Amino acid sequence: MEFFKIKRDIPFMRYGRLTTTISLVTFILAVLALGFKGLNLGIDFTGGILMEVRYAQPADLEAIRKTLEEQQIAEAAVQNFGTSRDVLIRLPLQEDTGARQSDQIFSALKAQDGTAELKRVEFVGPQVGKEMYESGGLALMLVAAGIMAYLAMRFAWRFAVAAMIANMHDIVIILGMFAFFEWEFTLSVLAGVLAILGYSVNESVVVFDRVRENFRKMRKAAVTEVIDNAITATMSRTIITHSMTQLMVLAMFFFGGDALHNFALALTIGIVFGIYSSVLVACPVVLALGVSRADLLLPEKEGLVDNRP
Amino acid sequence: MRNRFPLWKNLMVAAVLILGIIYALPNFFGEDPSVQLSAVRAAKVDDSLKVQVQGLLDAVGLKAKALEMADKRMLIRFSDTDSQLKASDVLNEKLGEAYTVALNLAPSTPSWLRAFGAKPMYLGLDLRGGVHFLLQVDMDAAVKQAEDRYAEDARSLLRENKIRYQSVEKQNGVIQVRLPDSNTLSQAQVLLKRELRGLQIDVKDSENLLEGRLSEVERREIKRFAVAQNTTTLRNRVNELGVAEPVIQQQGEDRIVVQLPGVQDTARAKEILGATATLEFRLVDNEHPVPAEGEKAPLGSHLYRDRQNRPVLLERKIIVTGDQVVDAASGIDQQGGQPAVYVTLNSVGAKKMGDTTRENVGRAMAVVYIENKSETKEVNGQKVTTKKKVEEVINIATIRDRFSKRFQITGLDSTEEARNLALLLRAGALAAPVDIVEERTVGPSMGKENIDRGVKSNGYGFIAIAVFMILYYRAFGMFSILALGTNVLLLVAVLSLLQATLTLPGLAGIALTVGMAIDANVLINERIREELRVGSTPHAAIHAGYERAFATILDSNVTTFVAGVALFLLGAGPVRGFALVLCIGILTSMFSAVLVSRALVNFTYGRQRKLVKIAV
Repeated sequence: MEFFKIKRDIPFMRYGRLTTTISLVTFILAVLALGFKGLNLGIDFTGGILMEVRYAQPADLEAIRKTLEEQQIAEAAVQNFGTSRDVLIRLPLQEDTGARQSDQIFSALKAQDGTAELKRVEFVGPQVGKEMYESGGLALMLVAAGIMAYLAMRFAWRFAVAAMIANMHDIVIILGMFAFFEWEFTLSVLAGVLAILGYSVNESVVVFDRVRENFRKMRKAAVTEVIDNAITATMSRTIITHSMTQLMVLAMFFFGGDALHNFALALTIGIVFGIYSSVLVACPVVLALGVSRADLLLPEKEGLVDNRP
Repeated sequence: MRNRFPLWKNLMVAAVLILGIIYALPNFFGEDPSVQLSAVRAAKVDDSLKVQVQGLLDAVGLKAKALEMADKRMLIRFSDTDSQLKASDVLNEKLGEAYTVALNLAPSTPSWLRAFGAKPMYLGLDLRGGVHFLLQVDMDAAVKQAEDRYAEDARSLLRENKIRYQSVEKQNGVIQVRLPDSNTLSQAQVLLKRELRGLQIDVKDSENLLEGRLSEVERREIKRFAVAQNTTTLRNRVNELGVAEPVIQQQGEDRIVVQLPGVQDTARAKEILGATATLEFRLVDNEHPVPAEGEKAPLGSHLYRDRQNRPVLLERKIIVTGDQVVDAASGIDQQGGQPAVYVTLNSVGAKKMGDTTRENVGRAMAVVYIENKSETKEVNGQKVTTKKKVEEVINIATIRDRFSKRFQITGLDSTEEARNLALLLRAGALAAPVDIVEERTVGPSMGKENIDRGVKSNGYGFIAIAVFMILYYRAFGMFSILALGTNVLLLVAVLSLLQATLTLPGLAGIALTVGMAIDANVLINERIREELRVGSTPHAAIHAGYERAFATILDSNVTTFVAGVALFLLGAGPVRGFALVLCIGILTSMFSAVLVSRALVNFTYGRQRKLVKIAV
């Protein structure tokens, strides 16, 4: 069985202007969403209390809200979570919010309905939340810098820059989607975003690798032809690999429970845009940066010994 | 040309596989419900205890699967939770004085596997239930306490050496010693410089003033000590709670992580951990009248309130503090029938207490209970955390005779309170107050659900990939899937061997690595197809496929690895676990995709000299 028996190279680079325009538009939309709506940060980053309580029967949200009011807790968000028996209570940080408050709330809920069972509590202090936010941002930059350094060393600076632009494009779009749809952005989503950063570069590297190889093989071809051929040749691998990863991510999305839901969502967006950007953003950018055969042939003499048969 | 591995390569692959199986195996054996006995203070865990426990269990007709001893700990395994609970009750009743009895789930790895040092993966709290606390040590308070101590030392040094001084005061972290003339100034300067080495002393000749500040070295030392002391104290307190396999670790400069697996009563855990209660014993000031409302307390004294909110004037000088207590037990006072705490002091404390009580027979002595709380308030839109110190006189008693090493405190509200106080005193005082800055509690049922879901999604994903790969690449798809299975096996083995904590994000990491690991196989298989298409012989195609794909695999995996390492270095908690799995997964997947699948291919096709067709 073989799906992709492509005889002639697809002229991807001819559509370069169109695809970069599409990218630019989505990118700008994502930035706007981020700017106007901002991320719906979870308590990992903002600090606060989150409690998940399970009841033996469908929970009476009104009664729970009333109990909380009696406890003089304002601004509590009470909602069903997953099933009608599971309730999620979210409290922002407020006066005298402390780790002890969760005990107080739970004993009040237990008094109101004896079947209440505490499934989990998360309390994050404001300081800790802020640090998470900062170290998350730092991690993002460090990952980007590390990858660029490696690519610049292994390929050429033009590839490093192009891969990074393509990558940032993916990251910004994931973040933009989270902002636009107001999905909750938690620590595990951040982990997903950072994983995508590595994953998406992975994708660009495979294409670049082919470009490098083609420069050596197709001595007479124009740069656009070289790139088109590289993309076409890796096409089937691209589709299959991503479908495999996506299968795994979908399994997480459907069977992983709520904890992995948004994580899988971030990965899904990342995978879809990862394919797009590695082919239709990274390559046109490399081309626009004026890549040439000379970029890749110099280092070959030293480090890269070709020991193929 | 034929595709064959040299013997050493085949042997290496086989050896890695066998090691992988040995170290991954313990994860499939499950856990035994057990009871853990740990020694409190002087009690010993030895063979006589083993005999004693065996006797106690026999008496009630309970049969233990095994009795194991580790340092200061004994583990008694049972085959069902029913006998575990019964045994725990029995042992608690008979041995509860000298040992803490805790319920535990011990991995039931067979002994021959344990001989290899093979253990199952260590499950995080989100997969087995329990509480995670992050505690912040209040460094400002530690420094302030040290300054107070220095001021007090300066005072008593001057007094002992008969150097007249006008005042010793503390202002904004500066200890100011005011002296009457330049003569005493130089005497004091020499003395204090010699005795209080942690202070950096400046002289202001014109005002006859000495100013002492904590030196930078001393400041650092105080902070380091505060965290170390607090970690030890918390460990003691946790031991008193009787939790099996707790984790108490310093994190960063001023934070301590406490993880209590299986703990349900979080309220009590918080009370015990978060309480920075300590006791101070002080003499009641009977020279001065109790000042009226709004009036300042006389020099050398401090105004406190008792439980009924009545003012009590106590001397500023502390006789002994809670950290000089070596043992404390709660009980009932035989004369009054009230709850009481029996206290034993260390030798320094005992001497001080002895001297003071001998000189002050007939005077009243108070016990002050001090608790540090913190509150966060919003001021002008800014969150401000204020520290509040609750100081309360819990007991005043007349000194009838000289106290010895042992004495008792009465005047507590309930036996419950006496017990908590005894626990706090026994476990030692915290060097500086701590605040809970993060809490994550996961119920046991949720932990189970999380495991189920994680395993389920990994399993379904794997099956889906396997079906597709085998349909699409036939024999080579089969090799890929076997390589992928090896990858999972090796990943689990390495995680078990490292005893890294597996959490839900870690499970997600396994899923993602499996998804990504297939990339290497796809690259190889596609390459082989391509080579066949341009007319290479099957053997040449296999060879070229693996060789050429390798450079690409290396490049693309290194970039992901870089991302994983950065995540690991910067991430906290869950993100770190995810990153660790990602990094290890990349290494194992490179091994399995490049070497294991190649070995399988070589095994299948390598023997045929004339290979006409391969199934790819």
